[in-house]
Amino acid sequence: MISLYGSEIGSRLLLGTARYPSPAVLEQSVRRSGTEIVTVSLRRETAGGKAGGAFFEMIKSLGVRVLPNTAGCHSASEAVLTARMARELFDTDWIKLEVIGHHDTLQPDVFALVEAARILCADGFKVFPYTTDDLVVAERLLEAGCQVLMPWCAPIGSAIGPVNIMALKAMRAHFPDVPLIVDAGIGRPSHAAMVMELGYDAVLLNTAVAGAGDPAAMAEAFAKAIDAGRGAWLAGLLEPRDLAVPSTPVIGKAVFS
Amino acid sequence: MRLIVNGEEYHLDAATLADAMTKLDFEGGWLVTAVNGELVHRQDRAGHRLTEGDRIEILSPMQGG
Repeated sequence: MISLYGSEIGSRLLLGTARYPSPAVLEQSVRRSGTEIVTVSLRRETAGGKAGGAFFEMIKSLGVRVLPNTAGCHSASEAVLTARMARELFDTDWIKLEVIGHHDTLQPDVFALVEAARILCADGFKVFPYTTDDLVVAERLLEAGCQVLMPWCAPIGSAIGPVNIMALKAMRAHFPDVPLIVDAGIGRPSHAAMVMELGYDAVLLNTAVAGAGDPAAMAEAFAKAIDAGRGAWLAGLLEPRDLAVPSTPVIGKAVFS
Repeated sequence: MRLIVNGEEYHLDAATLADAMTKLDFEGGWLVTAVNGELVHRQDRAGHRLTEGDRIEILSPMQGG
């Protein structure tokens, strides 16, 4: 179980709902992943449009928690308004706070992120900030009132996997009691296992599942990898060493000559 | 009255936000609204008077990562 703002969550996989080939495939993927939290967003409705309503009904039927995001926001004020609109629409005070600062890398604007986090935490939101692996920014987010951190491990949708293991390790070491969720950049189940082996609490995925040949099967593969990585972290991993160490004991070995 | 709704210009005779939404066929419990950058709660739409040039955003749930 992972405790996020006082809610006990069984699955360590958070799943995005975008870019699936069809709503049916999204539904199957959510079910096979075992996720208990899905991310959603808000967009302009068209006059007479019913698409948003149909999507909302489908999500509600899945019986999972929703974590609305502020994707696409480029300023603190835009993100704050989007968060407030999301709270009314989805009836939750959870918000995945994204403030994009760079068009090519979709890197967060960490200054605006901290500013928005401060406003939203003071307004009663439970903020899940999409951030970098920078320790100082992480400190500021915690000071702002965040109780969860969601560092990227590579740019959103890149499928590159962890590019800075040292930074991820440092973050885990500096914030041993803060739930840490890797958000963005994961491409393969082995990437997810890798960050879980570092002691991360959960992984948020979207493109790696939605863009797979068989998204539902991939969702399940990720769930297994995340469980395996978590188990390995809890079991205590052997640290790499430079020299060989015989696995078969040499004491008592027969001497033939 | 000139209104900007989701970035498009409309000329409408609408006293309140609720009126404008009905006239433009925005209906459904899944909609959320803001006027001039401020959230207007669902229950306040009928009482929210519009003025010339108001910028209205009407959003709905969508897939997201």
